[in-house]
Amino acid sequence: MAEISMTVNGRKVTGTVEDRTLLVHFLRENQGLTGTHVGCDTSQCGACVVHLDGKAVKSCTMLAAQASGSQVLTIEGLAESGELHPVQAAFKEHHGLQCGFCTPGMIMAAVDMIRRHPQGLDEKTVRAELEGNICRCTGYHNIVKAVLAASEAMSGKAKAA
Amino acid sequence: MSSGELEIGVEPTESFLLTTHYSLLTTSLIDLEEENPMHQTTYHRASSVSEAVKLLNDADDGKYVAGGQTLIPTMKQRLAAPSDLVDLRHIADLKGIEVSGDKVKIGAAATHAEVAENAALAKACPAFCHLAAHIGDPHVRHMGTVGGSIANNDPAADYPAALLALAATVHTNKREISADDFFVDLFETALEDDEIITAVSLTVPEKAGYGKFPNPASRYALTGVFVARRADGVRAAVTGAGENGVFRAEAIEKALSSSFDASALDGVTIPADGLMTDIHASAEYRANLIAVMAKRAVQAANG
Amino acid sequence: MGIEGIGARVARKEDKRFLTGLGRYVDDMVVPGMKHAIFVRSPHAHAAIRSVDTKAAKAMPGVIGVLTGAELKNDGIGNLICGWMIHSKDGTPMKMGAYSALATDRVRYVGEAVAVVVAETRGQARDAAEAVEIDYEEMPAVTDAVEALEKGAPQLHPEAENNLIYDWEIGDASAVDQALDGAAHVTRMKLVNNRLVPNAMEPRAALGHYDMAEDHFTLWTTSQNPHVARLVMSAFYNVAPENKLRVIAPDVGGGFGSKIYVYPEEIVCLWASKKTGVPVKWVADRTESFLTDAHGRDHHTEVSLGFDADNRMVALKVDTIANFGGYMSLFSSCVPTYLYATLLSGQYAIPAIHCNVRAVYTNTAPVDAYRGAGRPEATYLLERTVETAARELGVSPAELRRKNFIREFPYQTPVIMNYDAGDYEASLDAAMREADYAGFPARRDEAKKRGKLRGIGMSCYIEACGIAPSQAVGSLGAGVGLWESAEVRVNAAGTIEVLTGSHSHGQGHETTFAQVVASRFGVPLEQVSIVHGDTDKVQMGMGTYGSRSGAVGASAIVKALDKVEAKAKKIAAHLLEADESDIVIENGEAKVAGTDRTLPWFQVALAAYTAHNLPEGMEPGLKEGAFYDPTNFTFPAGCYIAEVEVDPETGHTDVVQFVASDDFGNIINPLIVEGQVHGGLAQGIGQALLEGCHYDPASGQLVTASYMDYTMPRAGDLPSFQVSTTNTPCPGNPLGVKGCGEAGAIGSPPAIINAITDAIGNNDLSMPATPQKVWAAMRRNQ
Repeated sequence: MAEISMTVNGRKVTGTVEDRTLLVHFLRENQGLTGTHVGCDTSQCGACVVHLDGKAVKSCTMLAAQASGSQVLTIEGLAESGELHPVQAAFKEHHGLQCGFCTPGMIMAAVDMIRRHPQGLDEKTVRAELEGNICRCTGYHNIVKAVLAASEAMSGKAKAA
Repeated sequence: MSSGELEIGVEPTESFLLTTHYSLLTTSLIDLEEENPMHQTTYHRASSVSEAVKLLNDADDGKYVAGGQTLIPTMKQRLAAPSDLVDLRHIADLKGIEVSGDKVKIGAAATHAEVAENAALAKACPAFCHLAAHIGDPHVRHMGTVGGSIANNDPAADYPAALLALAATVHTNKREISADDFFVDLFETALEDDEIITAVSLTVPEKAGYGKFPNPASRYALTGVFVARRADGVRAAVTGAGENGVFRAEAIEKALSSSFDASALDGVTIPADGLMTDIHASAEYRANLIAVMAKRAVQAANG
Repeated sequence: MGIEGIGARVARKEDKRFLTGLGRYVDDMVVPGMKHAIFVRSPHAHAAIRSVDTKAAKAMPGVIGVLTGAELKNDGIGNLICGWMIHSKDGTPMKMGAYSALATDRVRYVGEAVAVVVAETRGQARDAAEAVEIDYEEMPAVTDAVEALEKGAPQLHPEAENNLIYDWEIGDASAVDQALDGAAHVTRMKLVNNRLVPNAMEPRAALGHYDMAEDHFTLWTTSQNPHVARLVMSAFYNVAPENKLRVIAPDVGGGFGSKIYVYPEEIVCLWASKKTGVPVKWVADRTESFLTDAHGRDHHTEVSLGFDADNRMVALKVDTIANFGGYMSLFSSCVPTYLYATLLSGQYAIPAIHCNVRAVYTNTAPVDAYRGAGRPEATYLLERTVETAARELGVSPAELRRKNFIREFPYQTPVIMNYDAGDYEASLDAAMREADYAGFPARRDEAKKRGKLRGIGMSCYIEACGIAPSQAVGSLGAGVGLWESAEVRVNAAGTIEVLTGSHSHGQGHETTFAQVVASRFGVPLEQVSIVHGDTDKVQMGMGTYGSRSGAVGASAIVKALDKVEAKAKKIAAHLLEADESDIVIENGEAKVAGTDRTLPWFQVALAAYTAHNLPEGMEPGLKEGAFYDPTNFTFPAGCYIAEVEVDPETGHTDVVQFVASDDFGNIINPLIVEGQVHGGLAQGIGQALLEGCHYDPASGQLVTASYMDYTMPRAGDLPSFQVSTTNTPCPGNPLGVKGCGEAGAIGSPPAIINAITDAIGNNDLSMPATPQKVWAAMRRNQ
């Protein structure tokens, strides 16, 4: 068994888990954060994407023990004081989700993508950057629209600030 | 069911491959009783190379893990079941990318994202950054490392082509190994069991380019060709296509030696012998892709 | 009317929980004392089971129970059935092989469940599953439906000689043969419709809970139709009587047809909960989904389409072999018959049509309806054939279609369907305009300069959705009725709850259905809640599939609203001392027409519940239910135009432009309808370019059993779509709506293949048109 501790959504958490426990299972089962989903076994669908020390990673592809000592941000930690994050708001406005299963990973990936492209994004880049996130409902059309809109809104906000 | 053996439609000689053959994995060949989560393992975090070596040697059947982007999925599929995992990701000595003059040294624990985004490296050898930027997806690139990738020597991985074409040197805790000697066979390298890759180094080429045709499903290289023109000649290395892993394409090197231009490859045909066939690509199709990707690599190199 | 009524582009009410990670899917459910199930599955495509030994597994740590098919049978759990009876042309009923939820004596596809382990943790259950010893005697397997019909092929079920389930026909064979004989031109093709794996992103899951005190079962399951699941499990599988079985389908992460059916795992989790005395949860991993979710399509077809000297279609002859897999799934039989052959007239006036269908067992996963179900197969064969005919005849594909369009409605086809309304020329013109069809040659020439082969392809589809009426489908063999139910409950303070038998797993019912209600009374959208997916809340319903929720589900709501409105008007008339016929309800109030006398909506509702002053003899309360049984299918139709660029060196295809012009009748929420089209297009383009389920013919192993080998469409594989709609309202339902959920998947595959074959100048190309296949087709040109 491994003693682990990490900061999840700004809160310090500790736990004793089997060494083989994946980060996603630690989050879902030990922490009750069921917004992070598992959609495949081969690290491709991206439903499990969370941020580890500020970077998007697949929580099904690392052990909880590997993440010990790190800062983890999940979909549940994104909205601040009840207000949707600009990426969440853009997904709603542009109908970038249907069944909602891929959505948490998609949004965490989009937030990371926008962070890495402060200069802004174009459609081709967004599509290429979504390589690691699979959606079966939307045909990506509105997801791409939402990410572009959020990127614009966030850079506008940054400029205004 | 009779046992936990990998018995479904697999010739005995193939069973070795199945234990490590991740990019070529045909999932139904996994024994259905053996699904994730993985077998029990014990996790260790090393803070130095020597500590890592000791931890591994103390383990029954241990394995090093860096980014884990191949090893963890392989363990989830129960195609690997190390008794212990020794995490190298937090060893400071393995990090960093140095470019000084025409010498490049990349720490083994540098992630694909760090390689792709390194400004000095992009100036020295943009093809190397381009290659790193097209491994996996952004999330995988945040975790996966150079050292982990080459130690695994997946026949469809990208880095082996670059290292071989650039005549790079693999640095370990014990020695320096030339890329020519490092990549031995499918998932097989010159590394000893407890040997740790610490860095790779290379001399900046005059020109280099990488052409990759991704597998439509897995996005590993269905065929990738890295070409480099160096003071001592042209080298071209092919990944994703060879039955025995990465290899140098002599016909391409020869044609490009006389003229480092895509047109020099017109009429160059690659024999299909020794190339892989699977549901995504026949050996003949891969042979075609080698010629085409080589051209595109040269075009990229000539920018 | 409020601004968020019918026709408004409203962002979805249900989004917030999904955006914040607070959606509740089956795998998120936790019941006290819950344990975990892992299924022991067949590694063989075809084998006899000599013995199942669970002794060692039972002794493993954490194991609570290991259960087998023999015990299941002992407890009287019934075999799985196919709920739509098809008779062969010789009058004999279809040959349904026995399908036990856990195999007892024989396994017929890789992944078939043989035993189940229940343990404290999933890991322990997995470890113990490895210790279940099953002695198999391997048998030869056959995965291809054409081969399965051949002499000497391995035989799957004693009930089905030569693996033939039925040999069915529709239409007038001799009229067709005669017309083809006299035709000026006949286009003949052999086409394969590739097998697909639905791949809803949420894998299937089930949580069964037996409450001993009440002798009552609860099942949380990933279902598109929880009421049908309850009905089938009660009436046929003897799991529990309906009043002792509650089925809940909470948030469900996509279905696409694959979550219509009742699967072995759901039955076993309920039964195992009673056997072991603990709630039992099972969640599929992705490879289990690949192996055991009902697959889609898999047809081999020969087609002949005859034309007269004026290029008018005279006859269509179709011969199809449909692969059903190892067992008949719940609605498998109707897919290649009444959802396929009845649509073969397409948008065209074809005087004579005949279709023969042979349904065949093979050693593969069961095949059933997948987004489009039968209609994509019909559209693919017809639209590939029409495009090919245009090339053979040397005429414009658009004009050949235009010449043969049906122009008068209602139109009776030779294959049962009676089209109620449509304007196919309007869709064609709209799509050609949007695609700048006339400008294509210039774009092709420009692409050539860049070294790319550019092609254009078209598809004019029709589909039928909202299968109905119940009496008609009953006469065709359906085991269920295909109506829908709704209950509108106006609360005392005027807020409204709508209970529907439809089930949303991404479609946005919580918004569109609320818009229908908001429109009726002019109340704010937030005051309307939609309740669905729980048999304890909604009495009965038929669920969501076949693009039926709008046309049938929303129509049921309209009927219930009619009743509520009628009663509300009576109450308002009484309180306002006016004549009932003078009362209008709009903008959240009841008023006397032509006066300024009004009563806020909430006061009407309150009056219904205080009952202090109701009309003489009126019962208190304001709650009405309705069942709606449509009079006909609805017939969405449209025209899709694809442009592709092929890399001649690699065979890689880029979809550079995709135009969809659909006629869905009236639209409740354009934002949601567009989203449905986008998703359907991605699945259709996926079928055409990327997705192909591949079994190894020798071993029967599924080669494409993960995303490493099965190509899911990703963002980079697709363009942004140009979608628009034309509108001929459906005359058959009160809202004038048609279905929109499947059109994209139905219409797009032939448009893509027509475009690629146009680009490369070789018509011999099958789906999925992978780079390798396109490259090989180009090489055959040389």
